[in-house]
Amino acid sequence: MISRFRILPAYYAFLVVLLYLPLLVLLLFSFNDGTALSFPLRGFTTDWYEGMLANGQLLAAARNSAVVGVGVSTVATVLGTLAAIALVRYKFPGKTLFLMVAVTPLLVPFLILGVALLILFSALDVDRSLLTVGAAHVVVAIPYTVLIVASRLVGFNRNLEEAAYDLGASFSYFLRRVLVPLIAPAMLAAWLVAFTVSFDEFVLASFTIGREPTLPVFIFGQVRFANRFPQVVALASVVMVLSLGMVLLAQRLQRAWTRR
Amino acid sequence: MKAYGVRWALLLPPGLVLFALFVVPVLMMVITSFRPDLRGGPFAWGWDPTLQHYQNVIGGGDYLPLLATSARIALLVAFLACALAYPVAYFLAFRVGRSTSLLLTLLIIPFWSSYLLRTIAWKIILGSNGALNSFLGFLGLTNATAPILLYSRSAVVVTLIYVWLPFVALPIYAGLLRIDRSLLEASADLGASRFQSFRKVTLPLSMPGVIAAFVMVFIPTVGEYVAPILVGGTRGSLYGNIIEILFGDGINWPLGSAMALLMLVGVFILILALAKVLRVRNLIEAVER
Repeated sequence: MISRFRILPAYYAFLVVLLYLPLLVLLLFSFNDGTALSFPLRGFTTDWYEGMLANGQLLAAARNSAVVGVGVSTVATVLGTLAAIALVRYKFPGKTLFLMVAVTPLLVPFLILGVALLILFSALDVDRSLLTVGAAHVVVAIPYTVLIVASRLVGFNRNLEEAAYDLGASFSYFLRRVLVPLIAPAMLAAWLVAFTVSFDEFVLASFTIGREPTLPVFIFGQVRFANRFPQVVALASVVMVLSLGMVLLAQRLQRAWTRR
Repeated sequence: MKAYGVRWALLLPPGLVLFALFVVPVLMMVITSFRPDLRGGPFAWGWDPTLQHYQNVIGGGDYLPLLATSARIALLVAFLACALAYPVAYFLAFRVGRSTSLLLTLLIIPFWSSYLLRTIAWKIILGSNGALNSFLGFLGLTNATAPILLYSRSAVVVTLIYVWLPFVALPIYAGLLRIDRSLLEASADLGASRFQSFRKVTLPLSMPGVIAAFVMVFIPTVGEYVAPILVGGTRGSLYGNIIEILFGDGINWPLGSAMALLMLVGVFILILALAKVLRVRNLIEAVER
């Protein structure tokens, strides 16, 4: 019986070490003074980080991803919130169908959605660009934003709404002063999740991308070139730390409102 | 009347976006899969619907066996990821006191670093001159004939399990948390051993969470084509790689559409089969963090 208590923590520790090891290997090679990604290490250098900062293409790709991510998460959060309010607060014909359509993008392999969108865009003769990538990402971000905001709304006390109306609030007043403040933390959490989904997404982007690459598309293209690769690894390390910060922020926000 | 207007104002924007960018593209893919070829452009009229692409995929050649391989690998990855993550989720749900959220966060962080980078990390690790072999060589543990771990299906499986492991812990953990503790007390009072309680109470009650996790891994894995490119090599190619090639170079979109749809149908059959235990709530938990 005592052994059970020891085995589980040991297993947990083992698994966590295993999960972090590959990331540490990446980090290690981003400071290694050599292009070969193998041991023994050659020495410490920050050249790759300096090279990264001087690599215009790479920075442009990072900026593209950030722009797409901000646009996607904003649009998806607004649309997801509207859908969530409709789903939780109102009855309407075809509600189940609507919910299914809103959640299904999560259940379709991105590869399939990617080629379907490729067919659509080429049929409509839309030039592929960051906009088409954004459109694709909005579709897969909506299920996340709908579900996150809806789960907050489900706990929403209906009496608050009635009280607001009884006290003479108009619908728009109720929206501005009661509903939105209540779901704002969920909306922010949804925004952050949508951003990370978009920022990291490769499969949809690779089918809908135009000339300007997003960061994952750019990184994928660089894998072949061994001599430039440590720069990419350096950038990846930076991105890893940044997205870690965002996730921790999102978690803190979620926890803050679940505690209330 | 007013409430009716509000309803439409709420529903129309997300509804239109989902219709235009999700329903329509999938329908267009269905139509494309019945076209003999793409001559005359996407809106060409007068072509005869054909089942030839479906016959191509089902009738023979390597397509269907490859789909079976993809499905088998996806099942394997999803199963192993769930099995490996379950004890950790159990540990976090039942055995940890105050530091649960810290330990949980620690577990999930790798999942939020780039998927592509984590795959590339394994390419670096498993390569013949890669980190693992060169490290072993550095220590004098292997000679020059060390096995090349990269470029095989096993490498794909290992990489994908690594990629999904932190993610599956979440829904399983949430499912375990939902179990009414008094049931466990009751089973203990009735004389069940710890193991019996686990097998007869905890495990069955945690299945909705496990199945949600399983599905959320299976779906992306069955269509996976990136990991096979990076760590699988030519021998590690999967069904998704064929689809990607058919579309990527514009070789044969109708055939690619038929292949994609067959895979989609397979995925939906699996989801329907699991629909009873797979609740939307579990999916919410799978995505919320």
